Amino acid sequence: MQFHFPQDDRFAGWKIPFLQYSIAAAFAVLLIGYWRLQIGQHNLYLDQAERNRIRNLPIIAPRGRILDRNGKVLVDNTPAFSVLLMRENSAAVSPERLEGMARGLQIDPEELKQQVADAALLPHFQPLLLKQSATIEDAAFVESHQTEYPELAVIQVQQRLYPLHTAMAPVLGYVGEVSEDMIAKDETHYKPGDQVGKFGIERAYDAALSGRDGMRRVIVNSRGQEVGSMNTINASPGNDFRLTIDLDVQMAAETALGDREGAVVAFDPRTGEVLAMVSHPSFDPNEFAKRIDKATWQHLMDDPAKPMMNKAIQAQLAPGSVFKIFTATAGLETGEIKPEFTVYCPGAVTIYGHTYHDWTFDKGHGHGSVDMHNAIVHSCDVYFYTLGKIIGIDKIAYFAKSMGLGARTGIDLPGESSGLIPSPEWVEAAFKRQWWAGETMSVAIGQGAVEVTPLQLAYAYGGIASGGVFRRPHLAFPTEPNSLHVSLPQNTEHRFPLKEQTLDTLLKGLWGVVNEGGGTGAGARCPGLEIGGKTGTAQVVSAELQKSAHKSNFNNNAWFVGFSPVNEPNIVVAALVMQGGHSAVASPIAKEVIKTYFDKKNPVKSPAQQAQAKLVSQVTGNPRDAAGKTEHR
Amino acid sequence: MIRKVLNFHDTDWLLLAIAVAIAAIGVVEIYSTTAHSVLAAEYKSQIKWILLGCVAALVISRIDYHAIIERVPWFFVIGIIALAGVLVSGHSINKARRWLSLGGTTLQVSELVKLVIILGVAAILADKRGKSVTWKDLVKLGILAGVPAVLVILEPDLGTALTFFPIVVAGAFLIGVQLRQIAVLALLGFLMLPVAWHFTKPYQRERVMTFIHPTQDTRGSSYQATQSKIAIGSGGFWGKGIGNGTQSRLGFIPVSHADFIFAAFSEEQGFAGTLFVMLLYFALLLRLLDGAQMAGDRAGTLLVVCFASLLFFQIFVNVGMMIGFLPITGIPLPLMSQGGSSVLSTFLGLGLAMSVNMRRLVN
Repeated sequence: MQFHFPQDDRFAGWKIPFLQYSIAAAFAVLLIGYWRLQIGQHNLYLDQAERNRIRNLPIIAPRGRILDRNGKVLVDNTPAFSVLLMRENSAAVSPERLEGMARGLQIDPEELKQQVADAALLPHFQPLLLKQSATIEDAAFVESHQTEYPELAVIQVQQRLYPLHTAMAPVLGYVGEVSEDMIAKDETHYKPGDQVGKFGIERAYDAALSGRDGMRRVIVNSRGQEVGSMNTINASPGNDFRLTIDLDVQMAAETALGDREGAVVAFDPRTGEVLAMVSHPSFDPNEFAKRIDKATWQHLMDDPAKPMMNKAIQAQLAPGSVFKIFTATAGLETGEIKPEFTVYCPGAVTIYGHTYHDWTFDKGHGHGSVDMHNAIVHSCDVYFYTLGKIIGIDKIAYFAKSMGLGARTGIDLPGESSGLIPSPEWVEAAFKRQWWAGETMSVAIGQGAVEVTPLQLAYAYGGIASGGVFRRPHLAFPTEPNSLHVSLPQNTEHRFPLKEQTLDTLLKGLWGVVNEGGGTGAGARCPGLEIGGKTGTAQVVSAELQKSAHKSNFNNNAWFVGFSPVNEPNIVVAALVMQGGHSAVASPIAKEVIKTYFDKKNPVKSPAQQAQAKLVSQVTGNPRDAAGKTEHR
Repeated sequence: MIRKVLNFHDTDWLLLAIAVAIAAIGVVEIYSTTAHSVLAAEYKSQIKWILLGCVAALVISRIDYHAIIERVPWFFVIGIIALAGVLVSGHSINKARRWLSLGGTTLQVSELVKLVIILGVAAILADKRGKSVTWKDLVKLGILAGVPAVLVILEPDLGTALTFFPIVVAGAFLIGVQLRQIAVLALLGFLMLPVAWHFTKPYQRERVMTFIHPTQDTRGSSYQATQSKIAIGSGGFWGKGIGNGTQSRLGFIPVSHADFIFAAFSEEQGFAGTLFVMLLYFALLLRLLDGAQMAGDRAGTLLVVCFASLLFFQIFVNVGMMIGFLPITGIPLPLMSQGGSSVLSTFLGLGLAMSVNMRRLVN
């Protein structure tokens, strides 16, 4: 190949200066670009650079524990890991990357996308809680994928631990992510992603239990690894909270009810302190402490036995014969009848042209001639039908309401139901019709539209047995030091004094129910303890329908409300066994609870002492007299 | 042809000094962004390459560039064989085969092939008489740049292959191109676009797409562009100071010692530093082009202008992509980016320019 290198003075000519000016222009354009970024938008980018390198990791304050009256732990915490999505320096995460995260953390990608979309308007310094109770595998995933997903972070948290599992769960409640409504109500206290009490005690005393979260400011590299720390604001943990519950009594009640559907409430009518509260079936709040999965939640929601319901305060049911005490009180207090008032019970009675059957009707006999005492002891329906006709609905309703039925007791738990005491006014307002005279007979024996909660019955019976002093039930321990932060329920009382004679008749009758031969509450009889009480068998549907359907699943609800000692009781127990059939199934539950309470109060005596106590009770016979020796009125 | 006896005084010391100054700033920045990492020793190797480059430039400047141009066919053949060798048995980093092992070090052949193409353009166009290049010349130029470009693209290294383009364009521009020729070439290029798109790798397409639609996912493909802008913007006027660039030190800027060194530099030295370095580059390019203007013959002018175009293209694309003016492409910043082959290639080119400059005073 031959090369020639000719010279040419005019070669290129204007072209090289043209190139030089072009270069100058191009560089000027570049410098303008740099000027805009470095001077014009300096603060914006400086801020982004700071957010890149500084990560604000929340330090979640552990919630206070919940203790029983003796300091035994009912609700505890356990260390766990949570996976967070830090959103400080990335406005949007692509769907592909979200799916990758979801796969790695084994969470539903659609749920994750929804969660991220929902959080789009939240401030970016707030991380999103992607997974609670993260496993070792989850933590390892985050650690090993820091390059791909640097916005993921794992923090240690104190997760709620419910060592009792299903026991007491409907009372204690559970925790979960704060709802938008709650944030809207109290923005200073709650922020999105907070764990708050959603139900029960956890909800009622959330302010005392929840602490204040802290923050750790750390320097991270592009892979999200910590390379240094700046400052730390420590979390202040929530305070422990003490309840009036006695765990031993509670567990006795839980065991006594067993796996039957129903509720048990035990409370001290002298103070209003709730000693035990049971609702079955129940749920395991530990499922909520880690985020509950949809299937489990749906299962709980669909269960016809409503495990999420605290039946002790939320179940509104006909009380059946337990109600007769209120009819009796109305009769005695108004003077319409005397305790000696006697009715002959052939097994049925016809009033206003309608025949009302006694519960003994099917057995082919009645109660015969009964006075007030025997009517209570044997739970004679015919006696109380007759009473109802004499007294009238207005007075029955007045006394039932005055003694705590048909209204909330005001217990320090959310979601209490009010129950219902029907009256002509109520029928008028609700159904736009006149009161049917026959309805009074149903109400007189606690059927018809009467609805009460187990707690109301315990409250009302406690008040009656205490001579007409009704003390509002509560679960917060009175000396709870956090009362400064928490609006503790006032130990308020409602007085509705009853005549000495009324009280005497009622209490003797209630003692007889348990202790006299043929008394319906014999199942609650307990040697060494004076227990009084009243049974109830409430029809779920009418007796006629039951017969025609031949269905056993329309079993009646079994009630028993018992207390001890009969004179100025220390403890009242309301037991409800739903579809239990006969009240006989409910009375042993109350007995077990009362026995546990007194066994604990008076530690086991020697066999000789027990025999002595038994002898005394047999000799004295009448509880009022026996009580008079040990207790002062 | 009588040639003046060359003196050491005739060496373009200023050109070399500007280049060394830029390279020194690069070394400081490489040290600053890697001192805390496993790459802490990189700046030392960079210094060795710069020293080697200076010596090579001085040696080349003593050789008559005509003698070098005359050996272009050999260089071209060797270059093609070397590029093929890279594809067959090259040393790969990050899935790309770009390096040939050579006596204890590795060499990026494509960097040196740039010089071969510059020499080739000079050889093809040096004795053109007419006012414009002929079709035959264009075909020759096409083969000269096209064959190595295909081999480099296969590595894959689209960025380096792109740098061949401004070299031949500058050569054709100097000789003159007819409007008709531009139109035909443009049409040809336009028809080739879908074919080219078909052969691009997914990551390359993504880069182009994020350039068109930035900030869709700051952790995805536009991550580099976004983080680079944050680094530069956060630098402000005076910068954060040496070793204080959080974006580069904490790894938010990828390869902050190599392709993205200018973002790291701009973060630590601010607009003031940016302006200073850009002025140095401007001075370097002006000095080169002044030399081209005064070259003794067409071959010398072509040589220097083509080299200057190559440098300008790389500087403009690299500095421009840092602030999102251009899509991210793997083009190093000449003299500053860490990388022995790039440094050596640039100094060799400077040596050629100095050779031309020394021989301007003919007769």
